[in-house]
Amino acid sequence: MLLNTISNALSTLSEPWWKIFYDFSSLTQAIDEGLRSSLSPFWAVTIEMLIIGVVFLLFYALIGLFLVIAERKVCAFIQNRLGPNRIGPYGLFQTIADLVKLLFKELIPIKNADGFLFNLAPYIVIIVNFMVLAALPYGKGLHAIDFNIGIFYVIAVSSMSVIGVLLAGWSSNSKYSLIGAMRSGAQIVSYELSIGLAIITVVVLAGSMQLSEIVEAQRTGWFIFKGHVPAFLAFIIYIIAGTAETNRGPFDMAEAESELTAGYHTEYSGIKFAFFYLAEYINMFIVAAVAATLFLGGWMPFHVGNWEGFNRIMDFIPPFFWFFGKTFFVIYLIMLFKWTFPRLRIDQLLTLEWKYLLPINLVNVLIMAFLVLMGWHF
Amino acid sequence: MEEIIKEVVIDEQEEYTINMGPQHPSTHGVLRLVVSLKGEIVKNIEPHIGYIHRGIEKMCESITYPQIIHLTDRMDYLSAAINNEAVCLAVEKALEVEIPDRIKIIRTIISELTRIQSHQLFWASYGMDMGGQTCFFYGLRDREKVLDIFEETTGGRMIVSYNCPGGLMYDIHPNFQKRVKEFIKYFRGVLWEYDAILSGNVIFRERTIGIGRLKLEDAISYGITGPSGRASGFSCDIRKQEPYSAYDRVKFNEVLYTEGDTYHRYLARIEEMRESMNIIDQLIDNIPEGPYFVKMKPVIKLPEGEYFQRVETARGELDVFIKSDGNKNPYRVKFRSPNFVNLGVLNHISKDFKIADLIAIAGSLDFVIPDIDR
Repeated sequence: MLLNTISNALSTLSEPWWKIFYDFSSLTQAIDEGLRSSLSPFWAVTIEMLIIGVVFLLFYALIGLFLVIAERKVCAFIQNRLGPNRIGPYGLFQTIADLVKLLFKELIPIKNADGFLFNLAPYIVIIVNFMVLAALPYGKGLHAIDFNIGIFYVIAVSSMSVIGVLLAGWSSNSKYSLIGAMRSGAQIVSYELSIGLAIITVVVLAGSMQLSEIVEAQRTGWFIFKGHVPAFLAFIIYIIAGTAETNRGPFDMAEAESELTAGYHTEYSGIKFAFFYLAEYINMFIVAAVAATLFLGGWMPFHVGNWEGFNRIMDFIPPFFWFFGKTFFVIYLIMLFKWTFPRLRIDQLLTLEWKYLLPINLVNVLIMAFLVLMGWHF
Repeated sequence: MEEIIKEVVIDEQEEYTINMGPQHPSTHGVLRLVVSLKGEIVKNIEPHIGYIHRGIEKMCESITYPQIIHLTDRMDYLSAAINNEAVCLAVEKALEVEIPDRIKIIRTIISELTRIQSHQLFWASYGMDMGGQTCFFYGLRDREKVLDIFEETTGGRMIVSYNCPGGLMYDIHPNFQKRVKEFIKYFRGVLWEYDAILSGNVIFRERTIGIGRLKLEDAISYGITGPSGRASGFSCDIRKQEPYSAYDRVKFNEVLYTEGDTYHRYLARIEEMRESMNIIDQLIDNIPEGPYFVKMKPVIKLPEGEYFQRVETARGELDVFIKSDGNKNPYRVKFRSPNFVNLGVLNHISKDFKIADLIAIAGSLDFVIPDIDR
């Protein structure tokens, strides 16, 4: 019945199927109307939620698998090697094979570990990821929940993942894990400030916290160009702090494999380890996606002033691809950091945040507010 | 069960111990460091060694001198050819054999190539210790080229067993000179990458300059030799002090620094690669023709007495002491291995630094665990 409804909704689309890439709302509205015409509103909403949930589950797994293979290929490129190249064409199915292996691996019970918290920790990290993914605008009309405080929601929820990390470190009853978790706690709490302030800079410029409005405000120009130096500075600070927030190198203090073997997930095995591993990559995706949305215009195409022809060509690329293109560009930047820089020490990391990034950021917000007040931005 | 729980409880001084090793990514082998920590600060380090003890010195007492060569490869496996040379020189000294120039020069070239590949691996693994994994692949990429030269000439890549009492196991491969020259040209061209990735990196310099400072007096009293000692200003290069093989006829600088911190221990090794290339440059075109071994008796018996030889391996001074009672086996053999002595200073220089600095300091001393345990 459900499939019938959806296929009916699809057949009522007036345009060719590929048009939905330009505006997904034609698809989503058709499904919504189809469901509502045959079901009571309560069931219609429930089924819609289910569909969105399944779509996000699939999306989560796909992005995770893709990013793992992408990182391995990028790091191979930087390190003069080929990377995985045995399973599937160019080794593309390597991560699927790895995932299957991790699924079948034994979950080793830890003696003297706090079993409940130990098992809970990976799920907290994963659930937090899901909650953030739901609030991101992926394309025109492709936005699951559009809160009016969208970006605030994203920061608030994403910083909850530190609870999962701390629980993992604490409950493992291993000193390496504990050191890793404590480091991670100090790190995320500190860098959350920088992320917050960098985002506030953009919110000041956009005049709204709603993600759809922030994207809409960039129709005339991306914020990184629109906001002069302060926006660019905020972008750099956001990327640094975002890398630190995702616990990736050069800020991978929490897992610092040469010091703490594997940090907070030392004692995890099998699929629970895979959860942490996936969560790290999804976190990276979230950081990059937020950077793309706030600074690089989200799904807005690249336009230059009044070059009509150029703008038409840019409009021809669907917004959906613009969003992912920008996101993967930022992800590539973050990957470059990891594979070129050595790791910082924990005190240097905190010095960088509290003595440099935070004061610069505070001044930056002031300058941005002044710019907006005087109307000096484009 | 009770005991396990007791161990986990953090004691009243707020110091707790963690076991680094025997299986730990950055102890480079089966070294176990029992580290007392206060938060992240290292308070005391107790190295526990012997996980790979094979009793090489005792084994030497029951085998003949040519056989000892193959055991020395397994001590400091990154300076295998230099270890071989030490025993050969001691035996030749005892038998008063005159070694032709050809052998001396080939031995020197092989030793310097060994030093280069050892420092390349140091650079590679040090980058990894500091969290920059790209260094590892760059270092191994270049080391592979030296190993290929070894493979062609000696038949072994890491465990070469190339020297034997009275000369060399085999003559050099006809391609040897050409390939060494190619390698030197190539490596001079890529050495700047090492500086670009690591030596000049802001994060790396921040993490290493001023960390784990070893004073000159301490370096001398602890007997720290090799690049680690020379970074503190301790002029201890055996190639200069007591030249052996062909080192008396080449010009090279002893790399000396006065700072003695982690960064300069690292830098000393990078500079030594340059010096080694200079040495090879001077020798590679001057290999005279001639036999590659001196005819020795089928069974080598050392005259009664005590014999001693010092050589400079990639990590410091290796001393060989042989006491012979006139038999085909030595009565007693003792190796003074540089790594064992260098390990002694670890606690002294890494106290009151952070746990991440401990990794940097231990990495800069460049341990090879089988050489510590023998």
